[in-house]
Amino acid sequence: MERKKFVSLMVRYGFYALVIYFFVWSFQKNYFSYLFKETETFVLLTRQHLELVAVSSLLAIAVALPSAVLVTRPRFRQTEWIFTNLANLGQTIPVLAVLALMISILGLGFKTAVFALFIYSVLPIFRNTVAGLNSIDDRLIDAAKGMGMKPHQILFRVELPNAAYSIMAGIRTAIVINVGTAAFAFLIGGGGLGVWIFTGIRLFDNSALLSGAVPVTLLAILADYLLRLLEYVVVPKGTRPSANA
Amino acid sequence: MITFDHVTKIYEGDVKAVDDVAFTVEKGDICVLLGPSGCGKTTLLRMVNRLESITEGEIRINGKSNRDLDTIELRRSIGYVIQSNGLFPNMTIEENVTVVPSLLGWDRKKKRERYHTLMELVGLDPAEYRKRYPHELSGGQQQRVGVARALAADPPVMLMDEPFGALDPITRERLQDEFIQIQREVKKTILFVSHDIDEAIKMGNKIVLMRDGKIMQHDTPSEILVHPKNEFVSRFVGKDRAIKNLSLHTVEDLQKEIGLGDINETIQDTKTVNIHQDLRNTLSTLMNQEAEQVIVTDDHGEKLGTVTIDHVQRYLHLEIREKAPVSTEG
Amino acid sequence: MTWFQEWIEFLNVNLPLIVDLTVEHVALVGLAILVAILIGVPLGIYLTTNEYLASTILQAASIMMTIPSIALFGVMIPLLSIINKGIGFVPAFIALVLYSQLPIIRNTYTAIKNVDPGVRDAAIGLGMKTVQRLFRVEIPNAMPVIMAGIRTAVVMNIGIGVIAAFIGAGGLGVMIVQGIVRTDQYLIVTGSIAVSLLAIIADVLLGSVQKWLTPKGLETNS
Ligand SMILES: Nc1ncnc2c1ncn2[C@@H]1O[C@H](COP(=O)(O)OP(=O)(O)OP(=O)(O)O)[C@@H](O)[C@H]1O
Ligand SMILES: [Mg+2]
Repeated sequence: MERKKFVSLMVRYGFYALVIYFFVWSFQKNYFSYLFKETETFVLLTRQHLELVAVSSLLAIAVALPSAVLVTRPRFRQTEWIFTNLANLGQTIPVLAVLALMISILGLGFKTAVFALFIYSVLPIFRNTVAGLNSIDDRLIDAAKGMGMKPHQILFRVELPNAAYSIMAGIRTAIVINVGTAAFAFLIGGGGLGVWIFTGIRLFDNSALLSGAVPVTLLAILADYLLRLLEYVVVPKGTRPSANA
Repeated sequence: MITFDHVTKIYEGDVKAVDDVAFTVEKGDICVLLGPSGCGKTTLLRMVNRLESITEGEIRINGKSNRDLDTIELRRSIGYVIQSNGLFPNMTIEENVTVVPSLLGWDRKKKRERYHTLMELVGLDPAEYRKRYPHELSGGQQQRVGVARALAADPPVMLMDEPFGALDPITRERLQDEFIQIQREVKKTILFVSHDIDEAIKMGNKIVLMRDGKIMQHDTPSEILVHPKNEFVSRFVGKDRAIKNLSLHTVEDLQKEIGLGDINETIQDTKTVNIHQDLRNTLSTLMNQEAEQVIVTDDHGEKLGTVTIDHVQRYLHLEIREKAPVSTEG
Repeated sequence: MTWFQEWIEFLNVNLPLIVDLTVEHVALVGLAILVAILIGVPLGIYLTTNEYLASTILQAASIMMTIPSIALFGVMIPLLSIINKGIGFVPAFIALVLYSQLPIIRNTYTAIKNVDPGVRDAAIGLGMKTVQRLFRVEIPNAMPVIMAGIRTAVVMNIGIGVIAAFIGAGGLGVMIVQGIVRTDQYLIVTGSIAVSLLAIIADVLLGSVQKWLTPKGLETNS
């Protein structure tokens, strides 16, 4: 038992050491110089990046949640598999393909970038919401009906709270992916931290590369962390998966 | 009072789940719907609160057709308990119990009081469970909460679909006993689905025995035991030890357990039975005569007291309650 | 000529290129998956014997997954430049192997963990040795779930493979990247459709392999 713990700790510290070594090395090589030399640009690019992610994610949530609720209503139950399969199919299509197709349809610019990010974020949220709503035990709905809840009360008091875990997981996945995908907005003329990454790749400029890539990575990890915290607040205690283990 | 007036249910695809059913549940009674799996018990129950539509006929609650009432109003006035308790995992125990009062817009204080009353009624500590979630309770505790929730808004009518069906025999036994106690206090009109004859005899004032959507017999438990109307009923009942037990016990056993009644000389047509007579025959005698009681005599013809159908039934309940856990082990 | 006719014309002319790039793409993804399986499956199985290490590795792999692919390439270029392999096949290959680890390790680990304890006991009761038990009982029972992980990894890698074109790793991404740079609609549309088809076909194929691998007796609960 002790030996296993020890091995695990060693591996864990190994990972930490690698990360620390990476940062020390890149600082020594002055690879983050852009962050200090061009702080203003950095702030601007970060803001653009966050704007892209925020606008497209909010739009995606605003569209995906209601449509998922709609297709799971009894009236549309029969057609639900069509949408679910379409969403599954859409998820299989590579991000860059979606982005590129949007360019050829809508041209360049911030709006195209937002729209492409939006399209790609809708799918995981929609899929997870549908899955979450479908996984609710029919007998719960039955009990809710039997005690005289109106359809909207069943939705807001029973269905959505019990699907919250799955919905939040979908939103988290979508936003984290979105943070990375927003780097491609540069190709569409949408700005963001991708500007430095792609400049770096094109000009073999390691400083530009890392000054763009490392903040994007940290943003993604931060988004993941914050959304997990939010999940903890939003998801009712009795419905967390560990609760039923 | 719930009246079923020639009610028929045909599901899509021509499944006739309930076929021209007519009977009445009197106010304050527990009526048990009994029968083999798929005979239409659940369907019949769910038509009362209109979770299923009625194909033909009418169901009246206190004289009013349930079609004429608003579905939501109707359902809020009917308590509903199902086998898998249907507690909402996202709500605490207190929120679960007071969910209907919340829908009805009660204030916090009133809800809190109600929560306390109900939890004490079902034998759970209100303070201990308030903040807990359903998954943190045992099956029996969850089912108690389910019963408390159904009673929350004090509905006059309760529908219970195999409420204790998913519990182990000993817990089931205990919850049945507790529920009989509760019913003594709350006196609801209850429709209770079961496929267990012991449970039906124990819980029911009346039993409706069904098969393939039709009523085979609608009677008191003792009547069903002693005078099964047809082959199906006697087979359904006959396998059971309750009636056999009845023929193994004598009036003397009954006297020891619950005592005899006083002799009321004004009642005419009263027959007599010997104290060593078995209870099955005593019950037959009771049912075949006009009077409500028979006089019990000892071997010398001395009058000892009287026995009524109610006595026999109470004794039967006692017997089943004591014997059932043992027999399920065997 | 309509746009569509011109596009068909374009496809005709460029068919050999499309085929070449597809082969390149499949080779990159295939090789990476092969290596990822060779690392991930044994590691996943090993992790079932060490809870602590399992949680460390799974956590690391899931953080790995949150790193955006283009950012990972960006980080790897200066790192691998040290050995003069900053761009091209090597960083793309390493990235694909790394990204595949989470789905493969996690699915292998949970699948083996979830093998019915009764089945395992029965195998022990029959006198099977640990290795025999692993290959005759545990792996066959866990196969559908392991396969599902591989399927996820493959579909994901086809997508990330497109992005690898930015760092000169070839494949169908080349058409898209070139298309964007030159604002050539035909290149973009052709590349996007080709790579989407590739992903969908891979998904469907691996889906049926997954079904085929499911032992008959397990079909209802998977
Ligand atoms: N929604 C439905 N659609 C079609 N047929 C149904 C539906 N619900 C029930 N049935 C059928 O109606 C008949 C009666 O079903 P019901 O659920 O009322 O039986 P039950 O007596 O409650 O059985 P159990 O003891 O197994 O719960 C069965 O043949 C069943 O298959
Ligand atoms: Mg039923």
